[in-house]
Amino acid sequence: MQLVLEKRGEQSVRMAILSPLIAIALTVIVGGIIFALRGLNPFEALYVYFIEPLTQDWARQQLMVKATPLILIGAGLAVCYTANVWNIGAEGQFILGALFAGLIPVYFPGWQTPEVMIAMVVLGIAAGMAWGAIPAFLRVRFSANEILTSLMLVYVAQYLFDYLVRGPWRDPKGFNFPKTVNFDGWQVLPKWGDVHLGALFAVIAAALLAVMMWRMLKGFELRVLGSAPRAGRFAGFSSERAVMFCFLLSGGLAGLAGACDVMGVSGQLQTPYSPNYGFVAIIVAFLGRLNPLGAIIAGLLLALSFIGGESAQVTLGISDKIAKVFQGILLFFILGCDTLILYRVRLLAGRPSQFQSAG
Amino acid sequence: MDMLLAVTLTIMTAATPLIFAAIGEVVAERSGVLNLGVEGMMVMGAVCGFGAALFTGSPWLGLLVAIAAGAAMALLFAILTLSLVSNQVATGLALTLLGLGLSGQIGESFVGQPGVKVPNYNGFDPLIPFAFILIWAVAYVLFRTKAGLVIRAVGNSHTSAHALGYNVIAVRYLCVLFGGACAGLAGGYLSLVYTPQWVENMTAGRGWIALALVVFASWWPWRTAAGAYLFGAISILAFTVQTLALGIPSQFLSMLPYLVTIVALVVISGNRMLTRANTPDCLGQPFVPDR
Repeated sequence: MQLVLEKRGEQSVRMAILSPLIAIALTVIVGGIIFALRGLNPFEALYVYFIEPLTQDWARQQLMVKATPLILIGAGLAVCYTANVWNIGAEGQFILGALFAGLIPVYFPGWQTPEVMIAMVVLGIAAGMAWGAIPAFLRVRFSANEILTSLMLVYVAQYLFDYLVRGPWRDPKGFNFPKTVNFDGWQVLPKWGDVHLGALFAVIAAALLAVMMWRMLKGFELRVLGSAPRAGRFAGFSSERAVMFCFLLSGGLAGLAGACDVMGVSGQLQTPYSPNYGFVAIIVAFLGRLNPLGAIIAGLLLALSFIGGESAQVTLGISDKIAKVFQGILLFFILGCDTLILYRVRLLAGRPSQFQSAG
Repeated sequence: MDMLLAVTLTIMTAATPLIFAAIGEVVAERSGVLNLGVEGMMVMGAVCGFGAALFTGSPWLGLLVAIAAGAAMALLFAILTLSLVSNQVATGLALTLLGLGLSGQIGESFVGQPGVKVPNYNGFDPLIPFAFILIWAVAYVLFRTKAGLVIRAVGNSHTSAHALGYNVIAVRYLCVLFGGACAGLAGGYLSLVYTPQWVENMTAGRGWIALALVVFASWWPWRTAAGAYLFGAISILAFTVQTLALGIPSQFLSMLPYLVTIVALVVISGNRMLTRANTPDCLGQPFVPDR
C-alpha cells in the first residue's frame, strides 16, 4: 500500500470549507481518546468540555471576552500569513499594548475625562505597532528572519512587563503585590455584563480587514505577494512595504487587543501576565482559513477551548492544561487536512495489480 | 585559575544543549526542511527524559527516552510536511505549540520532584565531549561521505536529486528524525544535567535560539559550536552580573540572550555573501515526487 498525492487542477472549494470541519471532528475524537485514557467517560467529558459552557449565561459571556483578543490578533495574523509574512511575536505586541495602555493610569491616575479612554486605546495600538515594527525593520533593512526576531521580542516584552510592574509602576498602596493601581472610571472600557467594548472592535476590525483583502488594491497586492512573489514584483508591488504594512497592522491589532484586555477585564496590570492569546491566535488565523471573517468563528471556537479547559478542571478535576493540548492537536489536524484542498489523496496497492482475478 | 575553570565549565554546560539542538537542525535544514518545532521537540525530550529517569532511576535511560521523544515529535512533523506537503513554517509552529501543551500535561505530577542527575566523573560531564564528537561526525558525514553529498543535493535541488534516482522524501524523513533526536537529547540534557528538575516551559526559548544559531553558523556544523559557546558565555555573564548586584534589574539581564540572538541574526543576515552562499536552495520548499 502506498499513499500518493495527486495535484488537483484547481483548489477544491468544497474541501476548503470541509477541511476545518474534518480537523475539528478529528480533534474531538482524539480528545475523547485522551479522556478515555485518563479513565474518564469520554462522552461525558467531551460534553463537559465543549457543550456545557455554552449552556450557561456567564460562560457564554466569558466566551466572548476570551474570543475578543483572539479575533483581533487572529484577523491581523491572517492578513500577514496570506502575504507570506510570518509575525509570530503577536504575544509580545499584545503585552506591549497592555503595558502602554496602563501607562496613563499609572502616571495620571487623576485623568478622568472621556478622552483618557481614547488616549489609552491609541497608546496601546501605537505600542503594539512599534513593537511589531522592529522585526519588520530588521527584515527589510538587514534581511534578518522575522520569525526568529519577532519571537525573541516576546521574551523581551515579558521581562520588560515584569520589570515595570514589579518595579517603578508598582502600586505603592498595593501591599507589595506585583501589580499597578486599579484603573478607574473612564480608564475602564464600558461593559455589558462581562463583555466589553473590545468585542465590538474585534468584529469591526475583522470586517474591515475582509473588505481590504477582497475589495481593495492593498488586499490584492498582499495576496499576490503571498502566492506569487515574482509576479508581484513585476506588477510593481514592493515586498518590503508589504512586510512593514503587515507587521504594523497585526502589531497594532495585537496592541489594541492588549489594551482592551487590561482595560476591560483585569482593570490593572499584574505579573505574571501570560494569557497566551498571541500564540493561540496563530491557530485562529489558520482555522479561519486565513480569512479575517473566518477568524471570528475560529476565535469563538478557540475561546471555547479555554473555557472548556476551566470547566473540565472544575467538573472533572483534571488540569486546564489539557486546553493547550487540544489547541496544539487542532492546529496539526487543520494543517494536515489542508492538503485535501490542493491534492487528491489516493491509496495505491504497492505491487502492479495485473494478476488480480475478477473473482 | 580554579575560578576560570569553573566559569569555563559553566559556559560549557550552558552551551551544550544549544549545540545538540542546533546540530540536529543543521542536518534537517541541509536536506531542505525547515523545522521550526525545535522548541516543542526539545521540551518533550526534557519532560519525557525526566519522567523516564524518575521512574526507572536511570538517567542514561532517561536520555534515551528523551531522544526517542524528540524523534517521535519529529516524525509527526515529517508526516505532515513531507507526506502531506503541509506548510513547513506553520507546521513547525504547530509542533512547538503541541509540544509545550503536551509537556505541561505530561509533566504535571513531576513539578517539584527531585530529579535524577546524569553522573559526572570528577566534576566532568561526559556529554560535553560527546557534543563535539557529534559535531565532528555530522561534519564528516555531510562533507566527506556520499551520504552527505546526497543530503546536500536533496537540500539544494530536490528535482535534480529525484531525477538522479534518489528518494528525496526518504532522505528528508531521516534528516528530520535525526534533527528531532538531537533536539530531544538537548531537552534531556536540560532536565537531567543542566537543572535536574522539571519546570513547565523549562526550555525558555532555547529551541528558538538554536534555530537562530543555525543561521548564525550559516549551516556549518563547527560554527554552531562557536555560536553556542558565545551564547553560553553571555548567559553566564548575565547570571554572574546578577549575583554581583550591580544595581541592574535582573529582568534586563534575563533579556540579554534574546537580544543578543537578534543582534547576531542582524549581523549575519546583513552579510549577503555568507547567507546566500550557504542557505540550502530548497529550504522550506515542498516536494511532491511525480511518478
